[in-house]
Amino acid sequence: MITSKDLSFSYSPHKKFNFPDILCNDGEALLILGQSGRGKTTLLHILALLLTPATGDIIIDGHSIHSLSPKQTATVRANKIGIIYQRAHFVSSLTVLENLLLSNYLAGRNQDRDKAAYLADQLGFSEHLPKKTHELSQGEQQRVSIARALMNNPAVILADEPTSNLDDENCQRVVNLLKAHSAQIGASLIVVTHDQRLKDEFSNQISL
Amino acid sequence: MNLIKISWANIKDKKLNSFLSVLLLTLGIGMISLLLLLNKQLDEQFRRNIRGIDMVVGAKGSPLQLILSSIYQIDAPTGNVPLSEVNKLKMNPFVKTVIPLSMGDNYQGYRIVGTTPKYIEHYEATVGEGKLFVQPLEVTLGSKVAQATGMKVGDTFASAHGLDEEGDEHGDTKYKVVGVFEPNGSVVDQLILTDLSSVWAIHDHAEEPTHSTEEGETDHDEEAIPHEKEVTSALIQFRSPMGMLALPRQVNANTPMQAALPSIEINRLFSLMGVGIDTLRALAVVIILIAGASVFISLYNSLKERKYEMALMLSMGATRAMLFRMLLLEGLILALLGYVAGVLLSRLGLWLFSQAAEQDFHYSFSGMMLLPEELLLLAGALAIGVLAAALPSLGVYRLSISRTLAQD
Repeated sequence: MITSKDLSFSYSPHKKFNFPDILCNDGEALLILGQSGRGKTTLLHILALLLTPATGDIIIDGHSIHSLSPKQTATVRANKIGIIYQRAHFVSSLTVLENLLLSNYLAGRNQDRDKAAYLADQLGFSEHLPKKTHELSQGEQQRVSIARALMNNPAVILADEPTSNLDDENCQRVVNLLKAHSAQIGASLIVVTHDQRLKDEFSNQISL
Repeated sequence: MNLIKISWANIKDKKLNSFLSVLLLTLGIGMISLLLLLNKQLDEQFRRNIRGIDMVVGAKGSPLQLILSSIYQIDAPTGNVPLSEVNKLKMNPFVKTVIPLSMGDNYQGYRIVGTTPKYIEHYEATVGEGKLFVQPLEVTLGSKVAQATGMKVGDTFASAHGLDEEGDEHGDTKYKVVGVFEPNGSVVDQLILTDLSSVWAIHDHAEEPTHSTEEGETDHDEEAIPHEKEVTSALIQFRSPMGMLALPRQVNANTPMQAALPSIEINRLFSLMGVGIDTLRALAVVIILIAGASVFISLYNSLKERKYEMALMLSMGATRAMLFRMLLLEGLILALLGYVAGVLLSRLGLWLFSQAAEQDFHYSFSGMMLLPEELLLLAGALAIGVLAAALPSLGVYRLSISRTLAQD
């Protein structure tokens, strides 16, 4: 579960973002819709603990992130939060499987090959595990990045425009997989997008 | 999955860049390492054969030539000197031993040197098989000669005139092998040793000035008029260092011979070669520095490309120190690869050089051991790898995760 209160952020004195409070329970999904320039990515980065908000607090799994040291922040981010970016990015020199295991390694966990194989099977890219990531199509890459976000069983899954580069078919597939898998591990799913195709897919919505 | 694996994957991912960096390092390290090896080998070979010989006397000419021909048996002799002059030196109170040498013939390119048993004593050579020469025309072979020619005790052979294989054969008088020396790493290994009198026996009729133009010895049976006995040179040991001051001048001034001091001539030779070696070494250092620049540029470029990857790994829980270590490791692995390849290359170079030297001078070089200087070279290579990697990698500490991730 993730909640936020009174979050605000400013890149400069003229450009200040005030964000609505967010509540997303375990196993639920929340869609945050907004046009470009409304601070969607900024909000996602704040929720992902990549940016420190000017004001306000975030509670993840009952713990405030307010007074965490940079190192603790990195640990919470690695273990509690799974992030999916607009364009899937990977460590290009590593294979798909290694990219999945990297997520375990960087979080300081045991490298769970079985789980990687299970997720690859569930998300339909088993045959691509030994390939380099650039050999995969965009849709496949996005599915791999979902698997990577799930590798550490995070409490929160954050997706930044996960479907904007995908065609309708892949879009539908990715959204369904995201919803199904975050519900399966009981994680809160927050999707930030301007993609109107997702409007009808989520019952909980916030507009920026 | 661990840091080393990721670093290695990155190196493999940029095969051409990595190859260039390693290649440059290999060349630089290989060159320096080869120079070190050659320097050590040459030094050892030269010093080993010089030991205990304080002065060489021989016909007037180049002193360096006299040293090279009499001690190392690689240059042509300067000419002959009367044995009586050499024997006079024995009376000198400064002189401890006089070892006369007489050369001028060869068998398959291996020099036949007439001398006295003192020469063998001096080089501490021991006879492994058979015995030492006693009678004229008996020879004892150096170990390398025996190996190369395949001759054994009891074999006979005709020598060829001159110092290379193409000389005319002294067909009618044959040498007889009576023994083979144990290998001892000195110049004796590559020589055929015999008694002084053998050389006179062979040349008495052939080397008279009047006949010197027609050296074929087909049909002069008549013994030539006995003339003064000559030797090529003599190795002298002093009784005290005082001899070093007085004797050479005395010999040069009062006799038809010249005196050469091996230590001075060899230092002169080394200082002549030193210029070339220094130039090569400077070149090698430049190549290594270019290799460092190549690692630097390659990592700098790839870091620009991999900025997003770095931000991604940071967002996945990696610390900056960890990524810094990962990049250093890439430089370190490249440096290590270059070093290993370079050291192997230098061994190959030494081996090839040795093959050539063996053929031309009958000297061989070995020594595949790692020199202490090469450990220093390892430290230097690693330092360059780390330094070249560290400079661009510091960028990891300035990377803004959020901004980098939001850019794309």
